[in-house]
Parts: sequence; structure tokens; C-alpha cells
Amino acid sequence: MKKPTKLFSILLLAIASTLIAQPDDTLKLKPSYFEVNDYVEDNEGCFKCHGEIKYLLEDVENDRSATKRMAPCKIVDRDKYYTSVHKSFSCTDCHSYDFMTFPHTMDLRFEENFLCMDCHGYDETYAQYHFEEIEKEFSESIHNIADFTCWSCHDPHSYKAFMRNADDLEEAILFDNNMCLRCHADYDRFAQKTEREEIVVVESHDWLPNQTAHFAKVRCIECHTEINDSILIAHKILPKTEAVQRCTECHSKDTRLLHTLYKFQSLEERKGGFVNSIMINNSYVIGANQNVWLNRLSLLVFGLTLLVIVFHTYLRIRKQKKS
Amino acid sequence: MANKRLYLYPVWIRLWHVINALTFLALLFTGISLHFASAEHSLIPFQVSVGIHNVCAIILSFNFGVFVIGNMFTGNGMYYRKWRKNLWPKLWKQFLFYAIGIFKGGPHPFPITKKQKFNPLQKVSYVFAMYFGMPLLIISGIALMFPEKISNSIFKISGLLFYDTLHIIVGFVLSIFLVIHLYTCTLGDKPGTLFKSMINGYHEEHE
Repeated sequence: MKKPTKLFSILLLAIASTLIAQPDDTLKLKPSYFEVNDYVEDNEGCFKCHGEIKYLLEDVENDRSATKRMAPCKIVDRDKYYTSVHKSFSCTDCHSYDFMTFPHTMDLRFEENFLCMDCHGYDETYAQYHFEEIEKEFSESIHNIADFTCWSCHDPHSYKAFMRNADDLEEAILFDNNMCLRCHADYDRFAQKTEREEIVVVESHDWLPNQTAHFAKVRCIECHTEINDSILIAHKILPKTEAVQRCTECHSKDTRLLHTLYKFQSLEERKGGFVNSIMINNSYVIGANQNVWLNRLSLLVFGLTLLVIVFHTYLRIRKQKKS
Repeated sequence: MANKRLYLYPVWIRLWHVINALTFLALLFTGISLHFASAEHSLIPFQVSVGIHNVCAIILSFNFGVFVIGNMFTGNGMYYRKWRKNLWPKLWKQFLFYAIGIFKGGPHPFPITKKQKFNPLQKVSYVFAMYFGMPLLIISGIALMFPEKISNSIFKISGLLFYDTLHIIVGFVLSIFLVIHLYTCTLGDKPGTLFKSMINGYHEEHE
């Protein structure tokens, strides 16, 4: 008879081997996905190809198969999707149910995508976001060109309302600026939308001092949009000739940053006598963040110094006259 | 004709001094303009101020290096040493002279000699200005010149805010020093005597 320990080892090995042999897809499904979405397993029908860099193409009739590369623009990152604003959605909420069959038919490839306004426009539920105003701004924007839609900047599979819930403003700025740079720093994407010459962002901003600090601390749209007080994020992108180039638009007591980047920031601000103190939670802008107390104190000290000097000079003159 | 004529300011000191004075004044005016920048009106256009401020800051920093190295290897350094010895009684004596004695025509409590170029008040203020104030101003200025290199948080506040506030405070203290320095320089035999010394290098006194 075999020893019980040996039997136990074999059993353990068997269990372990079944775990290792499990398909990769189930390992990719994180518990957090199930917390936010009721259709995770259904969605895997799409993600098993569109969540990967490659997929298996099978020809059942001729009994052959091949591994093909997924086009990068068709890949949806699971982590990003299940943390995006649309994280609770089933893929078929927006896409045709017919996509569940593969290969997809030609008709499906011409499927018209929903745009923001199709779901969010003229709906009281979303009134606070002012989608109608955003649409109006976009229509007046330089981005209002053929084949340019909301999705050109806001990928519905990964979009996050970063600015509205920004705990880490720098991360939100990075997220926001990357939206612009996706085309403006990638000529292949840029050329899909326009015939214009390539824009090299670093070169076209060579007039801007401390470029790195500016790019990390403010969004492109701070200078490249027209201020609109009724929406959180301005969408009227201006032609480059109308972009802000005057430093004092931001570097001054009446800084425009309060109407753009810091517009709806929470009021848990560190005051301490600083003008525009909400900004110094995250940054410090020369000219915009003067400290009123320091200004007053310096004026007082300077005034007293001058007073002493004037009085001393007066006494010296008087003494000289006497002698 | 002066009764007493001492060569106290060699050429390198005078050159250092004039560069220090001009760059400091430029930094002061451009600094004020940047600090109080406004979209409607600025003392000097913002970008022009930034340019002048940066260039003058670099010149001033190198010039400060010349001052420190010069003082290490020439006799001029001795005027900035042993400033703590018997400090408070000496300061008080000098203060009383400026406050009262000067109007009574009393003698200088610490007459200028080859070994004693500065009175105790001058010595302390120059040591603090040059060996404490200037390094702080330069270090905080360099930090602001490379804001992307600054630590995000210092003492639980933004690094940029920390260095900028330090820069502004030290800059202000040094500008007050400048005003007092300019005034005390009129306290020679005649209001222009000490300014003349900084041009020809000779300290002159009439007894």
C-alpha cells in the first residue's frame, strides 16, 4: 500500500497542475472588475480578442487557424475600462449584439458609434455636466473638422472624469495633456485628421520658459481655449494665433488659472495670507500667489527704515547748520 | 587735502562691488516687477523681467564666488573674521555713536585703520549679508530657475512655495540692507566721501 504522504503529494501536485493549466483569461479577471460591472464574463467575449495584442483566427470549414496581431486602435485595456466612467457597461450596451459572432460582418464594421450627446444630451440626469454647452463650444472650436468627434479625444473605453474628482491634480493634468499629445505628439494619428504640417510641441513652445514645469503643472487647454465660466472644462480650442502667450495672464494677482485649472477646486485651501491660495495646494505661480501679510510687513519695514533715515538726515542737517 | 589716506579697496574689490551693486539693483527691480505682475500693467514686461532676472542672477552668483574665493586668498578676508568677539558691547557702542554721538561731533568709537576697515555694525551686517543672506538668496534662486528639480514637498508645503517665499524674504531683507548701506555710506566726512573711496580705492579722513 502506498504511504499516505505520497498520496497527499500526488493530490497536491494534481491540484496545482489544474491551477496552472487554467486558461489565461480567467487570471486576467480581477475581483475589482466584478465589483463595478455585472457583465464581466459577457464582456470577456470581446476582451479575449480586443483586450489582447493578438488573437486566434480560426477557419472551421478548412480546419486551420492562425495567430493574428490586433490593431492597436482596436485594443481596450481591461484595467482602464473597468476604472473608466463607463466601467459598469456591457460592451453590447453601446455596440451591436451581433459583434458577439466572429468573424464580424462587413455591416458591423460600418456601425455608427454613439457620441456623448446621444446618451448625455438634453437629459436632466446629466444637466450638471452641461453637455449642450460643451457641444456648442466644440462646434466653434478649431477641432470641429471632418471625422473629428468626442471620441477623438475622449476614449469612451478609458475616459475618467479626472478634473472633477482630482485628488492628485498633477495626475489629472498629465491625463488631460496626454489627450492632446495622443495626436499632437504622434504624427501618424495627427495626419489621420488633418493635412496640416507636423507640429513639434516642444519646438513650437520654445518661447515658454521652464517648459517642463509648465507642461507638468498646467494643462494645454489653460492657454489654448477660451474661458467659459459655465462649464468645468472649456472645449473651444482656439487657433494657435489666439492662444495665450502673455505671461501675466497667469502670472498675476487676477490669474486666469482660477477660471480654468482651479475653477471648481474644493475649498479646503491653505490660506495663510496667500492671494489665490487654492493654487498653492498644488503649485506656486510667481505673481499670482503673493502673500498679503508679507507684502504688508515688507511695506511697514521699508517705511520705518525710510522714516529713520529721513529723521537721521534731518538731525544731521540741523547739526551742520548749527556748527 | 585729507589728513589720513588709506588704500583699503583694491581693484578686484571695487570691480566685484560695482558688479554686485548693478546686478543686485537689476534683480531688485525685476524681482519686484515679477512679484507684483499684473495683466494690465507691469513695471517691466514679464518676459523681459524673467530674462534680465535670470542673466543678472547668474552674473551675481559667479561674482559672489569671486568674492568668497578672493576673501579666502587675499587679505580682504580678515575684515570678515572674528566678528563675534565682544560683539554686543561693541554693537551698542557703535549704535550709540550713530544715534547720539554723531550729532555731538564725538569721535568715531572704531576709527578706520588698515586692520579695521569696518565698524562692528558694518562687520556684522556685511557678514550676515554676504555669508548668510547671499548664499540663501542664490540657492533659492537656483532652485526657482530649475523648478522641475525641486522636491514636491518641503516641510509639508510645496517645494516651489518654500523656495519662492524664502527667496522673497531674503531678497527683501537684503534690499533693506542695501538702503541702510547706501545711507550709512553718506556718513563719511562729506556725504560723497565714502562713495569716492569705492571708486579710487582710498579711504580719506580729515582730522
